[in-house]
Amino acid sequence: MPALTRKEVEEIALLARVHLEPNELAAMEKDLGDILEHFAALASVDTTGVSPMTHAVPLDLRLRPDEVAPSLPVAEALRGAPAKQGDVFVVPAIIGPGEPK
Amino acid sequence: MTEWLTAAETAKAIAAGELKAVHVVDRYLERIRDVDRGVKAYLAIDSEGAHAAAVEVDRRRAAGERLPPLAGVPISLKDVLVTKDLPTTAGSKILEGFISPYEGTVVEKLRAAGAIILGKVNCDEFAMGSSTERSAYQQTKNPWDRTRVPGGSSGGSSASVAAGLCAASLGTDTGGSIRQPAAFCGVVGIKPTYGRVSRWGVVAFASSLDQVGPLTRTIHDAALMLEIISGFDPRDSTSLDAPVPTYTDALVGDVNGLRVGLPHEYFGDGIDADVRAALDGTIAALRDRGAITVDISLPHTHLALPAYYIVAPAEASSNLARYDGIRYGKAAQGAKDLLDLYMKSRGAGFGPEVKRRIMLGTYALRSGYYDAFYKKAQQIRTLIKRDFDKAFQHVDVILTPTTPTAAFRLGSKASPYEMYLADVFTLSCNLAGLPGLSVPCGLTSEGLPVGAQLLGKPLDEATLLRTGHVIESLVGLVGKHPGGL
Repeated sequence: MPALTRKEVEEIALLARVHLEPNELAAMEKDLGDILEHFAALASVDTTGVSPMTHAVPLDLRLRPDEVAPSLPVAEALRGAPAKQGDVFVVPAIIGPGEPK
Repeated sequence: MTEWLTAAETAKAIAAGELKAVHVVDRYLERIRDVDRGVKAYLAIDSEGAHAAAVEVDRRRAAGERLPPLAGVPISLKDVLVTKDLPTTAGSKILEGFISPYEGTVVEKLRAAGAIILGKVNCDEFAMGSSTERSAYQQTKNPWDRTRVPGGSSGGSSASVAAGLCAASLGTDTGGSIRQPAAFCGVVGIKPTYGRVSRWGVVAFASSLDQVGPLTRTIHDAALMLEIISGFDPRDSTSLDAPVPTYTDALVGDVNGLRVGLPHEYFGDGIDADVRAALDGTIAALRDRGAITVDISLPHTHLALPAYYIVAPAEASSNLARYDGIRYGKAAQGAKDLLDLYMKSRGAGFGPEVKRRIMLGTYALRSGYYDAFYKKAQQIRTLIKRDFDKAFQHVDVILTPTTPTAAFRLGSKASPYEMYLADVFTLSCNLAGLPGLSVPCGLTSEGLPVGAQLLGKPLDEATLLRTGHVIESLVGLVGKHPGGL
């Protein structure tokens, strides 16, 4: 498995939504490269026809009855929010004033 | 000396009126104040709540009420189990001050059984680590030697039980996080079959691997606690709807005719000589009691580590997407837009190991990479599971060392990969979804505990407990406690 480039590390950090400082990017490039080297063993294993594992004990997906049940009260759900207003979470604007409706 | 009683002994003495629950709880709280300064197991202590719960147990007894099985037994909880009256941090700055609006199923079950929660104990951030050094809050020490790690990620749980700072604890195990710290601190730890215990109200790390289990002074306590926390929970879609045996009934003290598999992949080079000697002693003791040892092979063992470090980070990268700085947890100040809020909150809130695993998982799940990584690793899990299925046609239980060495020194694992190797013997069990148990089986020449690991068939925790009980009685550490606390 090839080592990662700095550019790839930056792309993954963006995908992962994690800001990394320049020193963290450098460390990540090295650490991930080292770890991925040890994964090379997997590629050489023949897994043709082997189904991916899902559960230790065979288990069908279970459906629950479609019944109305109490959920978390809004005030409780909002209690830990860093920013809230009335009954809603507050987030930065995601549509700018100049963008099409 | 109530602090060295087992959970079962404590409950019995309280039910019989020989001890007051208030006396027991206050004694533990006093010890936490005195001893935990040196051990640093607890992140949050509920002195008032615990005292009040003990008063209530004593009142119920005085009123002639029938007490539940753990009435008055003081326990600690790994800080990934959510609680309504205490903060839950998962060892992370991103959850600093977070108080859950609901409680985990296992917490509800223990409370209903009468257990008294003393507080929440330390762990590696989001349970990612093998030493508890990756906690964002404090460094928990091994009570047997405070220059060494207590193991991890449930290091606060193992240290609090070993140091007499609770009668028992609950931890979680994704790749060895109950068994490895249990081995390092000389206590019993069991990771149940995947699906045996509900994951509702457990801070998610890797959802296809995570299980909750007890860390205790004795096998009997582990059996008692496991029985209480096990069982079907409609709130966990992977929960198994299977009857829960009376696990304490399995402790018959007999292994005559039991077939014990010894996989040569777990007894090769790289095992510390003292660990090997302790295991040799354990094997000899079991044979002496009539157990039949069988040499077996689990040929895909060497693939467990790479497969684990794809599956676990991939699932973690998805699970940890919920920490967005919006609904709960820490938010960065002065973010200019939504993306910036996500990036900065997560960049500031997560520690280095968590970032590494999120990055690794995001890399593995990237568009076009799924087949090469996650799917491949899941196929390797099937191969590992088949190894076990084949072995269990010939043996009833598998015995290995829990760890290649006893507890290592604080700060001694230089690279991330070196730390990952600390779990090399415990990962396969999670990947295959099997139950696994670690039981103390002796001390090294330096006086550090050694753990023997038992692996069993799915839902056959009873055989692990039965075998562990015999090991405990022959070569265990019951009644031996770390000195100098």
